[in-house]
Amino acid sequence: MGLDITWAVDWVRRSAEVVAEHRVELIRLDRDIGDGDHGENLDRGFEAVIPKLDDLAAGSTPGDVLKMVAMTLISTVGGAAGPLYGTAYLKAAAAAGSDASLDGPAVARVLEAARDGIVARGKAEVGDKTMIDAWSPAVEAAAAAAEAGADATAVLAAAASAAASGAEATEPLVARKGRASYLGERSVGHRDPGAQSSALLLQAAADAASESTGA
Amino acid sequence: MKKIINDPKRVVDESVAGFGLAHADIVRVELDPVYVVRADAPIAGKVGIVSGGGSGHEPLHAGYVGFGMLDAAVPGAVFTSPTPDPILAATRAVDGGAGVLHIVKNYTGDVLNFETAAELAAMEDITVRAVVTDDDVAVKDSLYTAGRRGVAGTVLVEKIAGAAAERGDSLDEVAAVAERVNANARSMGLALTACIVPHAGEPSFDLGEDEIEIGIGIHGEPGRERVGLEPADRLVDRLLEPILGDLPFSDGDRVLLFVNGMGGTPQIELYLAYRRAAESLGERGIEVSRSLVGNFITALEMQGMSITLLRLDDEMIELWDAPVQTAALRWGR
Repeated sequence: MGLDITWAVDWVRRSAEVVAEHRVELIRLDRDIGDGDHGENLDRGFEAVIPKLDDLAAGSTPGDVLKMVAMTLISTVGGAAGPLYGTAYLKAAAAAGSDASLDGPAVARVLEAARDGIVARGKAEVGDKTMIDAWSPAVEAAAAAAEAGADATAVLAAAASAAASGAEATEPLVARKGRASYLGERSVGHRDPGAQSSALLLQAAADAASESTGA
Repeated sequence: MKKIINDPKRVVDESVAGFGLAHADIVRVELDPVYVVRADAPIAGKVGIVSGGGSGHEPLHAGYVGFGMLDAAVPGAVFTSPTPDPILAATRAVDGGAGVLHIVKNYTGDVLNFETAAELAAMEDITVRAVVTDDDVAVKDSLYTAGRRGVAGTVLVEKIAGAAAERGDSLDEVAAVAERVNANARSMGLALTACIVPHAGEPSFDLGEDEIEIGIGIHGEPGRERVGLEPADRLVDRLLEPILGDLPFSDGDRVLLFVNGMGGTPQIELYLAYRRAAESLGERGIEVSRSLVGNFITALEMQGMSITLLRLDDEMIELWDAPVQTAALRWGR
């Protein structure tokens, strides 16, 4: 069973909730190796997204929701996270196209497009201690699950689980991009806040999917 | 946390509004989206100069909007880059037909948001060039970092590029002089205390009573190393040595010596530090031709300072001395 507009809207609502809930944790992570604004900025962005859900036209698709999220985050988040997440949602929206419902392979393609967008904007590679370290394993796990015939909900579950492991695996890394890179070796032992927020957002996507399909 | 604020979320808006009221003779303030623009913008035929970045570094950047310096400043949330929309709005507001220069401090967020705004401006047929400042020698510039940070040298870039634009230089000429100032400026800072971002509510890092952090940036981020507190002369040497060795500066150079406070250090200490820096440069045969001492680019209430050396040439001196009338820098007019 595919994921439709109901799932997309629920994902956005859950994203706003999870970001608000983890706002302080993200601020603390960012304070350790950055400048302490990640939780605040992302919270402000998703807070601005919620009222716009009411403005969605009848017949809107998951792609329309993703595009609205992209434009709102670009204009409200700031910092590096604004353009990076904004580009991710924008590319995801393009990959989702005008389909009313996304099946397993489509979800895997949407995630891959999002990851590629972040790479294009931020030029980070796997191992640089950035959000890519959550996104890349998530994309690979999603592709493998879709290949094995998993449905959209199972693809997202695989992606969320891999993203969580990927975020955790940033802890021993030396940062090579973003503000944490200024610390060099001193960045070791801290989890990357962008990887952590990415894992939270993908978990919200998986939770919304299992809710909507009753899995 | 004790601060003179109402609501942490309204700090920037309310402060910018106050700035506009206080300096209505020089600037106009727009609040949706937020930017500060010269009262007489756009000026036909003059290159417009826009800078911006996270708030918390006051007087940078709004304090430098006015005759002979910036045409607009775009303040983001505290220590957070502004989004592309206000940068685009400010770019439009200062476009007098000769193009617009963006002066951007080298931080991932600032660079990405200014790049996005420049792409949007290009779609409206506004010619934009960007100069990215990266004068901080505390950061290794390598493939393995985001590159050096833009810090106090940015103030000098804005003053000198602003004077070039005011005398009628073309966009390419203004960009070239801005690049030249950045290429000849080197800075390094230290902190005695951290600072508290209003919405975070706690210090940005923890420093012991007798500890200082060497090589800090301007966002309360930790620096290169942590050492015990030492006499001022030794602290000045710790900053000067890496600066001098980096360009390198040498015997016979003329420089501008800029001792900058981080917001919580009194001028009495800044001048005390300046004395040591000037003497040390004199001993090396480096001539201090121009100086700047005070709180010009800050990290909220952080105690600490940075030292910047700019190797001058005749044109830079002429442009530095040219009249300027902004809230924070004002001479010759």
